[in-house]
Amino acid sequence: MPDSIPTDSVGLVTPQVYKFDEPLTLRSGKVLLEYELVVETYGKLNSEKTNAVLICHALSGDHHAAGYHSESDSKPGWWDSCIGPGKAIDTNLFYVVSLNNLGGCAGSTGPTSINPETAKYYGPDFPVVTVRDWVSSQLRLMERMEISEWAAVVGGSLGGMQVLRWAISYPDKVRHAVCIAAAPKLSAQNIAFNEVARRSITNDRDFYEGRYLDKGTYPKQGLMLARMVGHITYLSDSAMRAKFGKSVSNFEQDTAENFGRDLRSGKLSFGFDVDFQVESYLHYQGERFSKNFDANTYLLMTKALDYFDPTVDFKGDLSKAFANSDCKFLLMSFSTDWRFPPERSREIVADLLKAGREVSYLEIEADQGHDAFLLPIPRYIEALSGYLQRVHRENESDAS
Amino acid sequence: MRPDLEIIQQWIQPDSKVLDLGCGDGSLLHYLQTTKNVHGIGLEIDKTNIQHCLDRGTNVIEQNLDEGLSNFRSGSFDTVLLAQTLQALSKPDHLIDEMLRIGKNGIVTFPNFGNWKSRLYLASRGRMPVSKFIPHSWYNTPNIHFCTVKDFDALCRERNIKVLARTVVDLEHQGSWYMKAWPNLLGEIAIYHISKDTD
Repeated sequence: MPDSIPTDSVGLVTPQVYKFDEPLTLRSGKVLLEYELVVETYGKLNSEKTNAVLICHALSGDHHAAGYHSESDSKPGWWDSCIGPGKAIDTNLFYVVSLNNLGGCAGSTGPTSINPETAKYYGPDFPVVTVRDWVSSQLRLMERMEISEWAAVVGGSLGGMQVLRWAISYPDKVRHAVCIAAAPKLSAQNIAFNEVARRSITNDRDFYEGRYLDKGTYPKQGLMLARMVGHITYLSDSAMRAKFGKSVSNFEQDTAENFGRDLRSGKLSFGFDVDFQVESYLHYQGERFSKNFDANTYLLMTKALDYFDPTVDFKGDLSKAFANSDCKFLLMSFSTDWRFPPERSREIVADLLKAGREVSYLEIEADQGHDAFLLPIPRYIEALSGYLQRVHRENESDAS
Repeated sequence: MRPDLEIIQQWIQPDSKVLDLGCGDGSLLHYLQTTKNVHGIGLEIDKTNIQHCLDRGTNVIEQNLDEGLSNFRSGSFDTVLLAQTLQALSKPDHLIDEMLRIGKNGIVTFPNFGNWKSRLYLASRGRMPVSKFIPHSWYNTPNIHFCTVKDFDALCRERNIKVLARTVVDLEHQGSWYMKAWPNLLGEIAIYHISKDTD
């Protein structure tokens, strides 16, 4: 818990629930008859309603992007480093809207909600949702809020893919698209990692074909494994070396470097228990995640990633997908991100240029791998801040 | 604004699409955007300059010119600019070909190494010229491909590049009748407006 809430925080926030009873036809053809979206907003909507910024969350994110839910919260929202008064996404200037996506497990309708048709948990019956479906539901939220245009739509990783979908499907409703550490579509390697994560969940004996909530249990081991493998792909080799290479043992004195091989108890066990710090760290991360995240949601989110391919309606040509995307773009990538490396962002930039779009692109030097997009890396924050100041200035000059 | 940019902007049409290779802090693009409604994109590798571009509101892409421009479509811009960057490129001739592939016309400016001051410096001291304008020593200079007005004219002839206009100016960016008469001797900065010779 922070001793007191910092002055550059949005402070205490209360999520709101929006109910939608107009059926939503999903990409799969299935229909969600009704659903709820849980939403947080920060800052004030101006009288012309031109300063709204939509935040799209990544795989394990949710609506709680900034501030605290209560005085006893140990941590603020997941993107508190960027959202707040005077921060890069400045809540003194913008009205920031952040929601939990459909299929999530933080309050919006998803596998842990009650299916009105059966009066039981949806569990595995919750339909597979895609990035396109999320954006359709975000559009309905926007209409409900009576916002006709986003000043900017901003997201990293899977959130960045939602940004691209907005720019492709609803370009007249987005003035600026900010897409961070994303990819135009997943590579075979990306899908492979997702499949390992899914298999570890579905093979857990407490999975019960997704009906674990009805049985009063959950696939803890499977979720842990899924998160452990996921977590490895979010970090870079250099970040792991630095994180787990702090205590150099006696025999390494000459090199003063242990390649991230810090031992947990100072000596090898010559058994199959945890020997290295990196192992216990992954166990801890997996354990913590398994307590807070729903396994069916994890399956859904990884499928949404695997299925994302905005070129599907354009014969595989992403530049054609951007043919009408006359919003302005900012893309950023991170040098050591091997999940969605800079080359993947450059692919998007090349197709935006081919489509004649206005685009800015930065490649940020950062050791932290894919995780960097969530961290306060000075050049990244400064760039995002500079760009959003421009968004604000354009807003002001349009109004005058 | 840097005075060579003052001259360049006269050759740029209102509402046109401009690609600025090595756009620096984005001041020219910003000026063109606000005064001529130009749609511009700049390429830059210096991080401080890139931030200046973002702060100004000009589009900037972090990209090293020496790694090529294959991500740009042929004919996708009206004018491609290369201001005071030619001499720092690893393959300047290749980049000029690329400029004229991507743009309908190009504008190139470079320090003229054939200027009398450079000639006198080298002739009298026997050492590589160092001046206020080109302040680097030979071993740490980013400028690896100096050329003269005559050299550039020769390249244009070899590559069938049409010179639409050529101006030379001094460091105060003043032109004069004697610079027009002896550009390679008196001009300190050369400014070329070029296009592909399609005749």
